[in-house]
Amino acid sequence: MIPVKLRVNGTTELLALDPRVSLLDALREHLGLTGTKKGCNQGACGACTVLVDGERIAACLALAVQYAGRDITTIEGVGQPEHLHPLQQQFISEDGFQCGFCTSGQICSALGMLAEHRAGMPSAVTPDLDAAEIALTEAEIKERMSGNLCRCGAYEGIVGAIERVAR
Amino acid sequence: MTQAPERTRPTTATTPAVGRPIDRLDGAVKTTGASEYTADRPYPDLAHATLVHATIARGRITAIDTAAAEALTGVLAVITHRNAPPLKPPPARINPLDLSTMASGTKVNYLGSDEVHWNGEPVAVVVAETLETAVEAARLVRVSYAAGPAVTDFLGAQDSAAPARGLPIIPDGGRKGDAEQALAAAPVSVDLRFTTPPQNHNAIEPHATTAVWDGDRLTVHDSTQSMDFARRHLALRFGVPVESVRVIAPNVGGGFGGKGFVWAGTVLCAMAARVAKRPVRLALSREAVFRTVGGRAPTVQRVALGAERDGALTALVHTGVSQVGRVGGMPERVGSQSGHLYAARTILVRHSAATLDMLPNSAMRAPGEAVGTFALESGMDALAYELGMDPVELRMRNEPERDPLGGKPFTRRNLRAAYARGAQRFGWADRPPEPRSMRDGRRLLGWGVATAFHMPIQLTADVTVRLGMDGTVLVRCALHEIGVGAATVQAQIAADALGVPVEAVTVELGDSALPVGPMAGGSGQTATAAASVLRACEELRRSALALARRSPGSPLRGRRIDELAARDGGLFAADGSGETYGEILARAGRPSLEGRVGARTSVGRVAGQLRFIAGMVNDQRRQVRAATGAHFCEVAVDEDTGEVRVTRWVAVFDVGRVINPKTATSQLRGGIVMGIGAALSEETQVDPGSGRIMNASLADYHVPVQADVPAIDVSYLDEPDPTTPLGLLGVGEVGITGVAAAVANAVHHATGVRVRDLPLTPDRLL
Repeated sequence: MIPVKLRVNGTTELLALDPRVSLLDALREHLGLTGTKKGCNQGACGACTVLVDGERIAACLALAVQYAGRDITTIEGVGQPEHLHPLQQQFISEDGFQCGFCTSGQICSALGMLAEHRAGMPSAVTPDLDAAEIALTEAEIKERMSGNLCRCGAYEGIVGAIERVAR
Repeated sequence: MTQAPERTRPTTATTPAVGRPIDRLDGAVKTTGASEYTADRPYPDLAHATLVHATIARGRITAIDTAAAEALTGVLAVITHRNAPPLKPPPARINPLDLSTMASGTKVNYLGSDEVHWNGEPVAVVVAETLETAVEAARLVRVSYAAGPAVTDFLGAQDSAAPARGLPIIPDGGRKGDAEQALAAAPVSVDLRFTTPPQNHNAIEPHATTAVWDGDRLTVHDSTQSMDFARRHLALRFGVPVESVRVIAPNVGGGFGGKGFVWAGTVLCAMAARVAKRPVRLALSREAVFRTVGGRAPTVQRVALGAERDGALTALVHTGVSQVGRVGGMPERVGSQSGHLYAARTILVRHSAATLDMLPNSAMRAPGEAVGTFALESGMDALAYELGMDPVELRMRNEPERDPLGGKPFTRRNLRAAYARGAQRFGWADRPPEPRSMRDGRRLLGWGVATAFHMPIQLTADVTVRLGMDGTVLVRCALHEIGVGAATVQAQIAADALGVPVEAVTVELGDSALPVGPMAGGSGQTATAAASVLRACEELRRSALALARRSPGSPLRGRRIDELAARDGGLFAADGSGETYGEILARAGRPSLEGRVGARTSVGRVAGQLRFIAGMVNDQRRQVRAATGAHFCEVAVDEDTGEVRVTRWVAVFDVGRVINPKTATSQLRGGIVMGIGAALSEETQVDPGSGRIMNASLADYHVPVQADVPAIDVSYLDEPDPTTPLGLLGVGEVGITGVAAAVANAVHHATGVRVRDLPLTPDRLL
């Protein structure tokens, strides 16, 4: 067991972890933060997306011990049922989910994606890589959100929610 | 008490809730990670289980070495056929009076013997203190096999296919006249062979079970589309009374049929918890879902169509061979829609199935029609080209007045309107008929159409509806919230039935301790529950009036129920006299009032089941009820790479009355998205030599992602079906039907290539 200090949603937690424990399992099984989901455990579906120092990562591919001291935000830290983040409110208004299992990952991913866009990062569909400002078109959002699978097929609502918040 | 306090008066219900696109009532919990799924419930003493899978398709286990696994610190048990507690086997046959006898996905008594029935079958369960230890220990289990002869090549097993047998209530296939002879004599005809691959549901939530024993009482948190089936099946297998098994599933992370049956993980988790004498969680890995939960069967289909030169169909032949397992599964009824869509003079629909030593197939979203419409609707497109006729025009020319196969009336049918509206929204009139006639730079563009068709089922549901003195309404039913907005739509229905605002209604679901609900399948959950909610609400209105009539001073004294409307939180006559439910209850000194639908005894349950079956048979004899729709799509095909992109979609559905356009649209779009996956990328790849699934992961099985799916324009005719509660028809499955054909037809229009094998990967276009 290895002592690990994890800072999650602004709170520092001291854990003793098997070094094999993924960040995802540490959040779910050791900290009781079950809002982050395990859909494939191999980085293919995006359901486990969390923010680390504002950047989106697949928590299933991260070992918890590597994230000591980093600033981790999970869906529980984005907003709560009584205090929804604007993006969560837009997911509801635009019906950007059905079963809800991928939703935590979609929302965290979208927040990370919007930050990437603000920082000027291009994507595979960006027409001009040297452009001073990249328009966040529907095509850009779809490309940048393609790492998050939604088997219910709520893609249109997800794009709609992101567009409304990005505006 | 003669005057209810003001606070008991609920806010006025101004507009009906049914038909309004209201937000989901569980939106705030689902978007904040607060909603509970099967693998989320904490237990202080929870142990974790994982599976070891067979690596041969058929044969026997000759040795199984668990010593290294058992020696690992933290391993609690390694369960194999040698030490597994004996379970009762799954039922050998289906009892129509207890449909839970069909609950098991396979006939296998897991870990009950040394026999192996498919490549991937669980041969051991490892239980450990932590997930990491369980996974490591599972890798240390060494299994030796004596492999026997196995049939694992579907395409090679075609000749062994046996005719599918119908059930008394679900007849198989059908014929009208001599279709083969009519086909041979037809002035214009097509005769085409199609193939569709195995597919997997791949709900983003992998199947998970948490099992807790307390003596002979079993509590199971399970990702299931049928809590009642799971509960009854587990009681049977473990030899305990049904009443002592409770299945909890407050949220199911998608199912699409994959969670309709009880599969190995559920049974083995309950077994592991009994062995370990602790709560155990068995959350299947994505790979374990592929290996232990059946998917859609592969099919080979023949569609042959004969027509007069004016397009009138003289012959329609649709036959299909699919795959079942030696230990379970059912034929994929690919011709399910083919007797109902076109006014052909002769019809032949026939199914057969080849038996393989593979994991049995299961129902996957619109079983039969999802892949059957690919063949039929591609065939219609091909015939349209042979005739030199517009494919929409060909369909309209063959639109039947009555059911073509049996001559029965349709409960409703307005495909003409759906096509007319779709064509207008899409701009179909501008389509040049010749293939390869539209371009966008280096990409060829094509437009395609296809018909959607699905017959929803209607089951039974027990429901209680309770009115509180504060004007609130509590609906209780073991419904499954699997993404359909079950609580939201039933709240809308109850709100209107009682005349209260939707905000006043709470729906409790997801627990087998509640009144028994229907399974979430066959596009039937919403309509099934609606029928019972409406009846319970009617009973409540009558009870409330009876209470008021007995209360001195009530303005409702002397009133009859047919003089009153449920509105503004109570019962009111046309002249405005009446009172709220709170006032009625307060006056009578009652805290609440309950309406109840359903059997109270096991005898009552059997009687109810008999009534249900009789009603269903009678219904099917009298009429044909289906949700239909028209898909229009545009594709862009890269000539150099063969890559197909779907760039535009318009769908118009005739799904009866729409309870909530927001959630219904999402479901229909979701069906189209899954259909686009089936069209372009989805295929469970099986090694025909070993019967092993080769792409058991979401990295290798490609479901559609954001960038694969265009904006999808969904609209409705919104005309009620005259034979269903509130006129609604289920929307869960009709969306996927016809989609793959619309894409393939558009690809043909773009390229001139008629691809008859799914998925339409680039290699099939180059």
